[in-house]
Amino acid sequence: MNARLMWRKAVNAVMLSLTGVCTVLTVSTLFIILGYLLYNGGKSLDWNFFTKLPGAPGELGGGMANAIVGSMQIVALAALIGLPAGFLAGVYLSEFEDKTFASVVRYVADLLNGVPSIVVGIVAWALVVVPMKGFTALAGAIALAVMLIPIVTRQTEQFLREVPNSLREGALALGASKWRMIATVVVPAGSKGILTGMILGVARIAGESAPLLFTALGNQFWGGLTEPTASLPVMIYLRATSPYDDWHRQAWAAGLVLIALVLVANIAARLVLARGISVPRA
Amino acid sequence: MATTTAVQPAVVRSPTQTGDVIARLVTLMFAGLVLLLAGLIVLELWRGSAPARMHLGWKFLFGSDWNPVTDEFGAAPFVYGTLVTSAVALLISVPLGLGAAIFLSELAPAGLSSGLTFLVELLAAVPSVIYGLLALFTVVPLTRLYVGPFLNKTLGFIPLFQGRSYGVGYLPAALVLAIMTFPFIISVSRESLLAVPREQREASLALGATKWETTWKVVVPYAKLGILGSIFLGLARALGETMAVTMVIGNAASIHASLLAPGATIAAVIANEFTEASGKIYSAALVELGLVLFGLTIIINGFARLMIIATTRKGSKRS
Repeated sequence: MNARLMWRKAVNAVMLSLTGVCTVLTVSTLFIILGYLLYNGGKSLDWNFFTKLPGAPGELGGGMANAIVGSMQIVALAALIGLPAGFLAGVYLSEFEDKTFASVVRYVADLLNGVPSIVVGIVAWALVVVPMKGFTALAGAIALAVMLIPIVTRQTEQFLREVPNSLREGALALGASKWRMIATVVVPAGSKGILTGMILGVARIAGESAPLLFTALGNQFWGGLTEPTASLPVMIYLRATSPYDDWHRQAWAAGLVLIALVLVANIAARLVLARGISVPRA
Repeated sequence: MATTTAVQPAVVRSPTQTGDVIARLVTLMFAGLVLLLAGLIVLELWRGSAPARMHLGWKFLFGSDWNPVTDEFGAAPFVYGTLVTSAVALLISVPLGLGAAIFLSELAPAGLSSGLTFLVELLAAVPSVIYGLLALFTVVPLTRLYVGPFLNKTLGFIPLFQGRSYGVGYLPAALVLAIMTFPFIISVSRESLLAVPREQREASLALGATKWETTWKVVVPYAKLGILGSIFLGLARALGETMAVTMVIGNAASIHASLLAPGATIAAVIANEFTEASGKIYSAALVELGLVLFGLTIIINGFARLMIIATTRKGSKRS
């Protein structure tokens, strides 16, 4: 073995092991994040967190019951608006394709997906908060729905495209009209994937805080549809950047609750529901 | 492509065809809604920023003074902060992400590869405020106490690493962004690498190349458009990232050569000041910053999507 070959083999070994090191570093980040959250959040989480309202600044104790309920309201409303709208748009792209128009919509949906969430917040502020003359949960929900629609559109389209054409032809051959074919054959065949996509989409917007900062704002007390409303992600931001130790503790607890919700939704959707289906990235 | 136009039903018009027309119109309306939303975003940003555009003109983009009291608004410190943090973030995440993608596509057995990719994709699902929370209580103190002084001592002759380390600043923000971008780089790059036809690898190995030479000189160049696309996707995410950056960058409207100094990004200043912005020009200036950010991310995302589309087409055509 000459020196040149030995050198090449050495480079080979070194570089290949470096790629392994990269993998270990990147994957271990997840465990470091989860471990640290579990440690700090676990220490801080108690029953009060779920049942009590936030205390006054500097006061010990208190919880985030209002933020938990507020997040649920905002996310549920956003899902109520965004899921059907995105789903129907996806059905159009996959089933009633009109070549140029559909590809424009597809591309624009992808671009919308990449619009920074803070920009969506500004637009929702201008379109909802300003005319309604106040920060509301509704404005927050609309901002989140705007983020959800392009995600669900693309996911629905992709999963409907995976439904084999023979199923469509079978339904049509039996005399079904096109909309019956879509409603009773195509959508049910792609339903598992679509549902997965929807869960992932909702999990993603549930963790968003930037679009809520100047739409739903926040509230020390219970919010409402037409009132400023607290949400878990915004609460984490406010508590973490506050000067009080007890509030930092609450930020950790809220962080643990939020990540648990998001990860459970992700794992359930990807591993259980979508077993054997390849899930495109949101 | 699942076009069903080839199998249109019978010629006879039945009453159910009205149903088809309605279904088509309803779904078309929602497809149009996607375009409408995009249009509304552009329109509102343009309209909302009008007072600032009138008042400040091009001075806005290049001015470096940000003083709400005297109605002087220059975006330069925020544009600088956005570009610097994103650039440093990519300097860290691209080699790491590409290395991991190579391992996952070329070396790891299929089962391990998809398992690890699943874990990496979970990282992409972690909300950004959580990254901010963790960084604020780990990366920031570590930077202040250890990393900053260490860089001062060893690389202090470079202006980038001079000056006092405050903890918050460009460097911790860039570190968080690096962690937030590599999941995208890994999963998209891995897919592009997996799309490279087997024959390419076999031909190179048969010529006597080592595994690494094959990977680096044959497989990676073949997938380069997709990899570049993944980097652009990561870049677009880093530019627009708000919460995590806001929590660790220090929010100072000034330009510093040192990475250890506090700064601000476009998204961070909007998040911080928008609700408190009194005065027409102040809030319009913040909306204009949003417009700048929107433009930047749209251009970069547009490129990224085109590159990814180009690679997947190339892959499917040749294999």
